[in-house]
Amino acid sequence: MPLSGKDVENIAHLARLALAEEDIPRYVRELSSILNLVEQLQRVDTEGVPPMAHPLDAHQRLRPDAVTETDQRELFQSTAPLTEAGLYLVPRVIE
Amino acid sequence: MHNRSIAEIAAALDRREVSSEELTRHFLGRIARLDGQLNSFVTVTGEQALSQAREADRRRAAGAAGPLTGIPMAHKDIFCTLGVRTSCGSRMLDPFVAPYDATVVERVAAAGMVTLGKTNMDEFAMGSSSETSFYGPVRNPWDPGRVPGGSSGGSAAAVAARLVPVATGTDTGGSIRQPAALTGLTGLKPTYGRVSRYGMVAFASSLDQGGPFARSAEDAAWLLSAMAGFDPRDSTSLDRPVDDYVGALEAPLDGLRVGLPKEYFGEGLDPRVSAVVEAAVRELEGLGARVREVSLPNSSLAVPVYYVVAPAECSSNLSRYDGVRYGHRCAEPKGLEDLYKRSRSEGFGAEVKRRIMIGTYALSAGYYDAYYLKAQQVRRLIADDFRRAFAEVDVLVGPTSPSTAFRLGEKTSDPVQMYLSDIYTIAVNLAGLPAIALPAGFVDGLPVGLQVIGDYFSEARLLNVGHRYQQLTDWHQRVPPGFE
Repeated sequence: MPLSGKDVENIAHLARLALAEEDIPRYVRELSSILNLVEQLQRVDTEGVPPMAHPLDAHQRLRPDAVTETDQRELFQSTAPLTEAGLYLVPRVIE
Repeated sequence: MHNRSIAEIAAALDRREVSSEELTRHFLGRIARLDGQLNSFVTVTGEQALSQAREADRRRAAGAAGPLTGIPMAHKDIFCTLGVRTSCGSRMLDPFVAPYDATVVERVAAAGMVTLGKTNMDEFAMGSSSETSFYGPVRNPWDPGRVPGGSSGGSAAAVAARLVPVATGTDTGGSIRQPAALTGLTGLKPTYGRVSRYGMVAFASSLDQGGPFARSAEDAAWLLSAMAGFDPRDSTSLDRPVDDYVGALEAPLDGLRVGLPKEYFGEGLDPRVSAVVEAAVRELEGLGARVREVSLPNSSLAVPVYYVVAPAECSSNLSRYDGVRYGHRCAEPKGLEDLYKRSRSEGFGAEVKRRIMIGTYALSAGYYDAYYLKAQQVRRLIADDFRRAFAEVDVLVGPTSPSTAFRLGEKTSDPVQMYLSDIYTIAVNLAGLPAIALPAGFVDGLPVGLQVIGDYFSEARLLNVGHRYQQLTDWHQRVPPGFE
């Protein structure tokens, strides 16, 4: 199923990506060709086949609800682009 | 020294013929002299390596050395390393200095190995040629005009060129086995859950698995012994004992039941690669294997399933890169949405964006059932094919890659052509099985890799098959010209 330029712009917005206007035709072509590749799945009869989420069908392991991590805010924020007084800074959201 | 096996190096260290510091200087010297041609390293941690080496020498002098103490290695730049940039080959993580060590990094260091640095790779491990790195493409030591395969192409090129004895890699759709095949190495993708994913930058979490690159199955067994094991910090890590990989190497192959999946020898396979694989199968017969044809009828669906499941998981995993907590942040954002969009668009390369968008589309309202759910159902059919095959045979044998190493730029203009380089490796990740690539010959001076696929947790058997095969052949001992 070929995508339109509008579809690609919408997908890019959902993925929070900004595409340059001149790149859109290339993405239309490439994404459509990838979707064309996966289209053959639609012809497979999967009636009653349970979806496989984990290779070994293992279940999520639970751990005791105990405190194991210590506060390492300073260390973890040392790699952040912009912080102040222990907070991450972003542009103003509420006027 | 750089052509010796891990066991030979360890023996030399034990006999005090060489110190770990001298060994480390030797390999650092080779990197400095030769890596300009290959671009296999993103970061070389020389000072840190020398201090680890001196510590290893002290351990040895104190009689506290293990079999890997003082042996140099390198990590794919996808494993977090405390205090050292962990870029994942992306501009997005170029400024990222990891605040902790991945479990694999911790384990390998605890074994006393010396880390020389971090190796180049396709951006976020998405690729089959190591051409999408922010730091430029990696070149194949067998022919610098050709790719080393991907995504772990830096580790492959570095080990093949004898810049380091062994290295780690990760394999989501073939990213250890395909580069191993294209550079003449032994590369093992373990059972899903065998090697911890903690601190390994996530791409597709139900498929990603770390593993070793080495020049021989024996060396791979040594490195895997250090890497593998249960990790409570990885929720999909499997709590079961690690086999004695080195101890199992010499077991005889008498009566080994080998299956040749007929779908792996059809259209799309270079006939010259096919001939090399067939010759390797005859060698295995000579070692006592009983060979028969088997069928994996859903094989042709593996690539389509993968290009739904992997992008879907990647779009979710990579949503964490928002320009706020770590990684690239755009200059002067005009608002929160502008911050997200420009940081991500500037930080990610074209292939990563394509996969994020495919995954976003497959998971979006109205399409989830048709794409993601459908793919997960077909994924089970693929896993069931293997289950049936392993009721009749012990291992499956076929090619790793349909061709030898291709030229730089040859497949970059058509993503689907690039994806088809992985037709024989992807199904193994979807099923969560272990598989090994082994050097099996050459076509026009370029290495060809055999692939041996085993049932769950058969890593020891796969390494054993590789080792016995390598006792009979010398393909794994060939050195790329100029790197002797």
